[in-house]
Amino acid sequence: MKFPIYLDHNATTPCDPRVVETMIPYFTEKFGNAASRNHSFGWVAEEAVDYAREQIATLIGADPKEIIFTSGATEADNLAIKGVYEMYAQKGNHIITATTEHKAVLDACHHLEQLGAQITYLPVNAEGMIDLKQLEEAITDKTILVAIMYANNEVGTIQPVREISEICHRKGTLFFTDGTQAVGKIPVDVNKDGIDLMAFTAHKMYGPKGVGALYVRRKNPRVKVTAQMDGGGHERGMRSGTLNVTGIVGFGKAAEICRLEMESDNARIIKMRDRLETELMKLDEAYVNGSREHRLPQVCNISFKFVEGEGLMMGFNKNIALSSGSACTSASLEPSYVLKALGLGDDLAHSSLRFGLGRYTTDEEIDFTIEAVSKTVTRLREVSPLWEMFKEGIDLNTIKWEHH
Amino acid sequence: MAYSDKVIDHYENPKNVGTLDKSSNTVGTGLVGAPECGDVMRLQIEVDPATQVITDAKFKTFGCGSAIASSSLATEWLKGKTVDQALAIDNMDIVEELALPPVKIHCSVLAEDAIKAAINDYRTKNGLEPIADNH
Ligand SMILES: Cc1ncc(COP(=O)(O)O)c(C=O)c1O
Repeated sequence: MKFPIYLDHNATTPCDPRVVETMIPYFTEKFGNAASRNHSFGWVAEEAVDYAREQIATLIGADPKEIIFTSGATEADNLAIKGVYEMYAQKGNHIITATTEHKAVLDACHHLEQLGAQITYLPVNAEGMIDLKQLEEAITDKTILVAIMYANNEVGTIQPVREISEICHRKGTLFFTDGTQAVGKIPVDVNKDGIDLMAFTAHKMYGPKGVGALYVRRKNPRVKVTAQMDGGGHERGMRSGTLNVTGIVGFGKAAEICRLEMESDNARIIKMRDRLETELMKLDEAYVNGSREHRLPQVCNISFKFVEGEGLMMGFNKNIALSSGSACTSASLEPSYVLKALGLGDDLAHSSLRFGLGRYTTDEEIDFTIEAVSKTVTRLREVSPLWEMFKEGIDLNTIKWEHH
Repeated sequence: MAYSDKVIDHYENPKNVGTLDKSSNTVGTGLVGAPECGDVMRLQIEVDPATQVITDAKFKTFGCGSAIASSSLATEWLKGKTVDQALAIDNMDIVEELALPPVKIHCSVLAEDAIKAAINDYRTKNGLEPIADNH
């Protein structure tokens, strides 16, 4: 077994070696600018981009012309939200999103609020799902966009995308989804799912960092976004800038591998994930966060009550890389806003670990992780005053804590 | 974020983990922090009433590695000190000893608060005025 074990695949994935191999010639001999129309270097690059565009479109059931390359999902989120806001200003200024969205979506919405947009932030239930009735009621004749992510990055909850898009279209508004965590992991089909715009990124699907895409529907309805970057008018005028040919080639190959191997990868990963979860849930006072039923196959998020997440990770972070919803792991002092939106108290949010499995995760690694996490939880509970109080039957809510 | 060797050592081999009888008059208990803030420390001292020397100290902490290390170190320092000497322990001494980065200074503050709270609990139990809180 090779250490450290990587269980943070929701943050990023390693490049598949087959992806890297495909990319290499495009650094050196095939280095042309895809926009160079008058020589073979340009043609070769353009051809490679076209091929990748097709590989990516095929993965999500789109037409290649509907793929706009960006630098990643953050840029695609911004382009979708700000681009629709500008393009459809005449129709209205209202956007609906949810409290558990990625910061790239929430902060783009906050930015537009400063410019006069009306934003509705839908709450979610304990599993992380929005309420469809609430969504429907929130849509007005000024609503231009509903932005609800396909699957959540912290807990993996999958939203009822088809029901959401059906409501949006019946009510005459566009539907944008941040598909970053879903594309390449579970079947996503822009037509069956009724998606008008979708952001996704290569580095969450075993491709390189720094390249992503915005899917923009061209038919029924024809959707347009105002460019957020002025320049040479690349990508049908929606995103200027010389294309990252090497990255795009890798993105394409990564998409193709995901399409062909998703089913077999998932069969393996789900088994390991479920075993990890079942074993860790044997610990007292352990709680799965999010939905167990509507969830990405490779993630589980568990709170181990009465131990703090960062302290917990310190017990094995020489050997296992994963992430926590504890405040201590982020720059802010607040624990995960996603877990809080699910209704977790700050104490449980501080006690959470996110396990993100991937294509190269092995049974051996899962065995090691089960053992290391169980041992550390047990050891730290022996050091935890809260665990002692709990064992003595003291209700922690009756204690007057000194907040600082 | 990398931890200093001293933090790692206290985390892996915490000193003086445990519980003293909080109803005893010779024991002072300080419970500071809050679960919602991600750290709670309980620090206890056993004081010899004749000499005012701290003969034993125990802790339990819910928190990150730096919080556990700060309280573990505090119990080591407390043992053998008089109550007055213990009051002089400053959080910056803990920061220095454990090489805590700026984002972890609050762990040392919490440890100092826990020491003061334990001493005050001991004082009140024995009919003395609590020491004013300077935080
Ligand atoms: C749901 C979601 N949206 C957007 C992003 C940002 O993606 P990128 O790193 O490609 O900008 C991430 C990844 O951090 C994510 O998980």
